[in-house]
Amino acid sequence: MKVQINPERCQGHGRCYDLAPDLFGDDDEGFGKVLGDGTVPPGQEHDARLAALNCPEHAIELLEEA
Amino acid sequence: MAADDRFSENYLQTREERPLGTRSEVVTGPVSDWATDFSHVEPDWAADPYPIQDDLRQRCPVAHTDRFGGAWLPTRYDDVAAIAYDTERFSSRAIIVSNFRPPRELAPVGGSPPISSDPPFHHDARKLLLPAFTKTAVTRQEPGTRRFCHSLIDAFAGQDVVDAARDYAQHIPVRVIADMLGFPPEDGPQFRTFVEDLLEGINLPPDERIERVSRLFDYLLAQVNDHLEHQRDDLTSYLLNAELYGRKLDPSHVVGTMALLLIAGIDTTWSAIGASLWHLAKTPGDRRRLAAEPGLLPTAIEEFLRAFAPVTMARLVRDDVHWHGVDMKADDWILLSFPAANRDPAQFDRAGEVVIDREINRHAAFGLGIHRCLGSHLARMELRVALQVWLERIGDFTLADPSAVTWSAGQIRGPRTLPLRIR
Repeated sequence: MKVQINPERCQGHGRCYDLAPDLFGDDDEGFGKVLGDGTVPPGQEHDARLAALNCPEHAIELLEEA
Repeated sequence: MAADDRFSENYLQTREERPLGTRSEVVTGPVSDWATDFSHVEPDWAADPYPIQDDLRQRCPVAHTDRFGGAWLPTRYDDVAAIAYDTERFSSRAIIVSNFRPPRELAPVGGSPPISSDPPFHHDARKLLLPAFTKTAVTRQEPGTRRFCHSLIDAFAGQDVVDAARDYAQHIPVRVIADMLGFPPEDGPQFRTFVEDLLEGINLPPDERIERVSRLFDYLLAQVNDHLEHQRDDLTSYLLNAELYGRKLDPSHVVGTMALLLIAGIDTTWSAIGASLWHLAKTPGDRRRLAAEPGLLPTAIEEFLRAFAPVTMARLVRDDVHWHGVDMKADDWILLSFPAANRDPAQFDRAGEVVIDREINRHAAFGLGIHRCLGSHLARMELRVALQVWLERIGDFTLADPSAVTWSAGQIRGPRTLPLRIR
């Protein structure tokens, strides 16, 4: 699984870096950013889903690998 | 460095000569039908707006009133979101419903940028402020906030009943924002008056309202002058030095933003802290669960923000438009009720209940779109610290007299009297 942030939608609510701090961080203006290349390490899939499902702007995309 | 003469007599004169807006008739008194005559400043709404909103969502999802010179009230999540995202048709040039509409020429800057600004200016004015309000930046305020909360509870010694709104919740955001702006902490009590003048005095005769608002601007100008003489590391000095498009900010921009930063964080956060304590005081199960599982607090806080969202924003319709079944006229107000959106059963399961372990909670308490509350990270920090310290220090507490609880009317709703028995 990989995570992505759509910068057109992100408004810096920060739910992703609150809920999944190992996967997301904030930039100098508080917008969310994906840490590393966005690959979700095994065991963190729940956090990734939680971040996506709590984003008020629907800015987080989960890419499930086949 | 040349003296900063932006705030000289010239500026004061420009303020006096600003173009006038339009005024509407002040209408008060009981509401005849919430679908056609709503008023968010009447006592029934202040006491409990949720049954009214639930009823409207069913039978008239975009309600109207002739009060305030004409206003609309959407109560569905999808409609509130659509308006928040549509900055083309709905302007932020005024965001507090009243009987005064500022002149159209005030857009896209508005009186208190960036909350009152429209694109494209909004983006640039907001960008100046974002770095000071990131989650990382506001953690610097956390130790001081925690010490201050403890000092408020220390002062409860010997009392069995305390007013958690007046003697606790109210003081926390006042202290934090005074510190960030570099205003004297002893001026806190004045800020409450400014907040009431701006946000609750909306049905006062317009001349009286203008008179009251000018008191805030006099205060801010005094702070500006003090900071021009004594520069320091705070938001006021930052705004005085900030540049946009290659020059320092227009004086009305500086003062308008100072007004925004002072007012916007106070009774909003005060309301959120108070409403959370009110819920816990009357819900022993949730109180005990949070005491036993402190790790659940951040999840519970999101639910308190959803269920008791303190803030309703407003917009002005730009041009006549047929929108979701109704005919809106240019300059009609829209009351943008995030509280109503947050209780829409089409968006949330068990929307009317407080579920403190709700895992998926895409609430709109801090707004949606480009105007997402600038201070949301600060507000969340204050709310978390205020509740942590309270729960740690005061294990068990109940409503001393449920009928004595009072709630503010208008666009910011929260407890203003909240007597709690703490031992």
